[in-house]
Amino acid sequence: MKRNLIMMLLPLALFATTAAQAFDKATIEKGEYLSRAGDCIACHSIPNGAPFAGGLAIDSPFGKIYSTNITPSKTAGIGNYTLAQFDAALRHGKRADGSNLYPAMPYPDYAILTADDVKALYAYFMEGVAAVDQQAPTTALSFPFNQRWGISFWNWMFANDKAYQPQPSKSDNFNRGAYLVQGLGHCGSCHTPRGIAFQEKSYDESDASFLSGGKVGIWQAPSLRGGDKGALANWSKAEIIDYLANGRNNTTAVAGEMTSVITHSMSYLTQEDLAAIADYLKSLPGDGKALAMTAAATKKTSDELNSAKVGINSGARLYLDNCSACHFTEGQGAARVFPKLDGNALVNDEDPSGLIHVVLAGARLPSTKGAPEALAMPAFGWRLNDDEVAQLLTFVRHAWNNQAAAVTAEEVAKVRQTIPQSVMNATRP
Amino acid sequence: MSRQEQPVDVVLVGLGWTNAIMGIELAQEGLNVLALERGEDRDTVPDFAYPKMADELTYGVRYKLMAKPAKSTITVRHSLVETALPYRHLGSFLPGDGVGGAGTHWNGHTWRPMPEELHLRSYVEDTFGKNIIPKDMTIQDYGVSYEELEPHFDFFDKVLGVSGKAGNINGKIQEGGNPFEGPRSSEYPLPPLKRTLNDTMFSDAAKAQGLHPFPLPSSNASEAYTNPYGMQLGPCNFCGFCERYGCINYSKASPQTSILGALKQHKNFAYRTGCEVIKVNLSDDKKTATGVTYIDGNGEEVFQPAKLVVVGTFAYNNVRLLLLSGIGQPYDPVSNTGTVGRNYAYQMMGGATLFFKDKVFNPFIGAGSNATTVDDFAINQIDFAKEGFIGGSYLLAAQTNGQPIHSLPLPPGTPSWGAGWKKAAKDYYGHSMSISSHGSNMSYRDCYLSLDPNYKDDHGLPLLRLTFDWKENDLRMTQFMKHKVTALAKGLNPDFLKVSFKDIGTHYDVRPYQTTHNVGGAIMGTDPKTSVLNRYQQSWDVHNVFVLGSSSFPQNLQYNPTMLVGALAYWSAKAIKEQYLKHPGPLVQA
Repeated sequence: MKRNLIMMLLPLALFATTAAQAFDKATIEKGEYLSRAGDCIACHSIPNGAPFAGGLAIDSPFGKIYSTNITPSKTAGIGNYTLAQFDAALRHGKRADGSNLYPAMPYPDYAILTADDVKALYAYFMEGVAAVDQQAPTTALSFPFNQRWGISFWNWMFANDKAYQPQPSKSDNFNRGAYLVQGLGHCGSCHTPRGIAFQEKSYDESDASFLSGGKVGIWQAPSLRGGDKGALANWSKAEIIDYLANGRNNTTAVAGEMTSVITHSMSYLTQEDLAAIADYLKSLPGDGKALAMTAAATKKTSDELNSAKVGINSGARLYLDNCSACHFTEGQGAARVFPKLDGNALVNDEDPSGLIHVVLAGARLPSTKGAPEALAMPAFGWRLNDDEVAQLLTFVRHAWNNQAAAVTAEEVAKVRQTIPQSVMNATRP
Repeated sequence: MSRQEQPVDVVLVGLGWTNAIMGIELAQEGLNVLALERGEDRDTVPDFAYPKMADELTYGVRYKLMAKPAKSTITVRHSLVETALPYRHLGSFLPGDGVGGAGTHWNGHTWRPMPEELHLRSYVEDTFGKNIIPKDMTIQDYGVSYEELEPHFDFFDKVLGVSGKAGNINGKIQEGGNPFEGPRSSEYPLPPLKRTLNDTMFSDAAKAQGLHPFPLPSSNASEAYTNPYGMQLGPCNFCGFCERYGCINYSKASPQTSILGALKQHKNFAYRTGCEVIKVNLSDDKKTATGVTYIDGNGEEVFQPAKLVVVGTFAYNNVRLLLLSGIGQPYDPVSNTGTVGRNYAYQMMGGATLFFKDKVFNPFIGAGSNATTVDDFAINQIDFAKEGFIGGSYLLAAQTNGQPIHSLPLPPGTPSWGAGWKKAAKDYYGHSMSISSHGSNMSYRDCYLSLDPNYKDDHGLPLLRLTFDWKENDLRMTQFMKHKVTALAKGLNPDFLKVSFKDIGTHYDVRPYQTTHNVGGAIMGTDPKTSVLNRYQQSWDVHNVFVLGSSSFPQNLQYNPTMLVGALAYWSAKAIKEQYLKHPGPLVQA
C-alpha cells in the first residue's frame, strides 16, 4: 500500500489549531483505555520502572531497539509534541524531528486509528501520565540499520495509512473487533507471518495470511483464525473472551509473551470489546490448522497410562511421575486451572522450544481482575535432565490426539541455556 | 524508642484464615489495611510446589511448616499446683506459621456447628435441667445464634468451595446428607469427593445399624471451582499429602487459594512478613488501642499506629497478646475473677483400626477430607441426663494418606522393631482402615491460659501457660463413643481390631498428635464478667480491638473449628462495616 501524501497532510492542517487545548476528564480516560488496548505500557516501560518512561530493550533481527520515553516530559519525553506530531509518530512512524521510527513500533497497525481515538490518546499522554525527565537509552543499530532514512522506502512499500473504514455489510461487532484487532491490538505484529523485509504479510482479513500464525523469539504466536477448521475453531466465543480477559479458559492457559499482553492490555478491555474481538476472530475463514480430535485417540493414551504398564525409563513414566498430578492421565487437565494437553496448541507447535521452556522454567498466569489467582506450574528444570525432558515431551507430543515431531536433547539444551539457573531452582526442595 | 511507621486505618495481627477474611472485607470498604505476619511469606508455587511436599520426613515428621518451639512455645501443666514445663517438641497440636497459618496445612474438614452448640448452656439447662451440669463445668452460650450466622456459613462454604451433600436445606431433610445438621440455605457448592473402599464398607456397616452415613464436608475440591472472589481450585487428585502439608495442586481451600490473590489486588492492602507483634498499644485511659508494637525481621522494634486492631493469630497466641498488652482482666481460677485466659478447651478423640488380610485399601489414594461419617451421636441426639455426660462426637471412616512413617498401622501384638515388625509392615501395609470419633470438650474452672512465671520467649517476654487435664464428663463421653465405634467395627468382621479410647482417669498427654483444635481463652459471650469479647468478637474493654479465631469459643464443638472460625470472622466484618465504622464504640453496652 503506497503512502498517500495528500491524505497524510490533511489531518495535519486540521490538528494544528487544537494542540494546545486542555482535555476533559472523559477524553483522558478514553485515552487511557485506548492505551491499554494498544499495550503501549508493555514496550514503553521497564519492569518496575516508571510507566511510559521507555528504556525497554526490544530484540529485533537487526539488534536491540530501545523503547522511547513517551511521558509528557518536555526534555526527555514527548511533552513538546503537538497533536499532529503525535499522530505522525503513532500512525506513520515519523518523529517530531522528521526522522523515522523503527517499525518495532507497530505504527503500520496503528495507522487505522480514527482521529478521535488519536486525540484521546494524545490527551492521555499529555495530561494523564506523569512526566519522567529521564532519557531512555539511545538505539544504536549497526550499519545499514542505523540509517533511519532507509525506513521511508520500507514505509512506502509496506505501511498502511488510512483510518479504518467500517464495512457496512458487517455487524457493528465485526467492525469494532476488526478495528481493535488490526489497529490498537496490533495482533498481527506477532500473529501474522512476516515477509522478506520483516513486514507483516497482511494487515486485514482480505488476505488468508492474516493472523495465520507467527513467531516471537522461541514462542509460537499461534494462528488466531476461528472459522471452520481454523486453529481457534474449537474455542467458543466465551472461551476467547475468558482467555483474553484472564489468561485462562476451559482448555488452555497462557504462557510466554502473550502473558504480558494479557496482564497489561487485554485484561483491561471491556467485555463488549472482547466480545467484538472474539466475533471478528471467529469470522476469519479457517486455515485447516485445527487438529482432528477423536475420543478414541484420547482413550488409547489414557488406557496406557492407567494400566501403569509403562517402561521404567519411558516418556510415559516420566509423564506419570511429573505431570499427571495436575494434567491427569486423560490429558484433559481441569477447566480454567490446569491446561488440557490433548490437542494443545503449544504442545503441538512445530517448534517445541516454547513447550520446553514451560517444562524447564514453569509458568505463571497473570492475576487479573476477573481471575485474581496467579496459578503457576512449577519449574522442572532442576529435576529433569535434557534427555528426560526430550523423552517426556516426545511422549506428550504423540499422546492422545497430539501429532507433533519428537524432541531431541539438543533442542532442550538450547532452551535450557537461555533460562537462569535460579529460575529453574525456585521450587527445588 | 521504637521506629514509627505511617498510620493505617486497620492493622491485622497475623495473616491466616481470619485476617485474610477481615482483610478482604475491609479492603473492599476502601480502608487502608495492613497485615503483620510473624512468619514467612508462602504461596503454592514456590513453597508447596510439586514434588517437594511429598516428603513425609521434612514436613510430616519434622514439621517444616509449623511454628518453631525453639523460638516460642507454651508451657503445660495438668493442675494449679504443678509447675508448667515447656512444650519443646510439637506433638498433641501443631500451630501454624507464616502466611496462611494453619489454614495451609489443615485437612479441610468443613463442618458447621450444630445450632444447639452455639447456646449450649441454655440448651442443656432448658432440655435436661441445671442440675446435670457439673459444678466446675463453665460452659456458656456464644451470644450469637446459628440463624444469625447462617448467611456467613453459606458464604464461607462458597469461598472454600466445599464438596459435600446437604442433609437439611431450609428445614427439608435431604437423602444422603446429614439429617441432624442445622438448616442450610443452599446445597454445597461442589458434589462430594469420589469414594474409596473404606467409605463404602463403613457406609454399609452404618446403614446395617440404622445409622445415617454421609460424605464428610470437604475443602478438598471434587471439581474445578471458582469462588465468589474469582479465586480458583483444581480437582483433588487424592495424592494423600494434606494435613501437615501445603497443597501442591491448588485443590485444598486455604487463605492462599481462596482469598489472598484477590486481596493482594487491592492497592489499599499491604502485608509485611517476619513481623512479630508483641503488644497492642493502648491510650492513657486504656479505653482504646493506638496501634501495635512489633519486632521486624532485623530485630528492630516498630510502632505501627492504627485506628482499628484485629487480632487474628493462632488461638492461644491471641490470648497471650491480650495478656501481654493488658487488655481485659487476667482470669484467676481460685477467686474465679477476671476473664482473659478463661475456658480453654480442646478436643476429645478416639479411634479403632480394623485389619483385613484379604482387603486392599490402597491408602496412598487419600485426601484430607476423604471420609464417610455418621452424626447419629451428635450433641443434639444424645440424652445427656440418661447417659451421664454432656457432649457428642461424629464418627468417621477416613482414608487421608498412606505415608509410611506415621501411617503404617500394624495389628495388636506386633513387635515395634526388628524382623517381626518388618514382616508385619509388609503383610499389613494397605490392609487396614480406621473408624474414629471426633468429639466435643467442655470447659472447666481450672482449665485456662495465663502468663508463665518462669519461662520466656526469644524476646524475653513470658510464655503462655496452659493448665489443662481431661475431666470425667468428657472421658465418659468418649467411652460412650468407644462402644459405638467398636460395634460398627465388629459389624465389618475384621481379622484384627485395635481400639484406642481414653479411659476414665486418663491424663492429658502432649506427646501424641490429637488435633490442632485448641479453643477458648478469649471467649465471646453476653456478660463482660464471664467473657473477653462481646457477641461481635469485640473487646469489652478496648472497643477498637477485635479478636478472631477459635479463642472465641466458650467450649469446644464436637466438630472441626474452621467453618465457625471463618463464619464468625465474616460476622465481625459485617458488624464493623455496618455499625462500627459509622459509630466507633462498643457495639454492645456492658
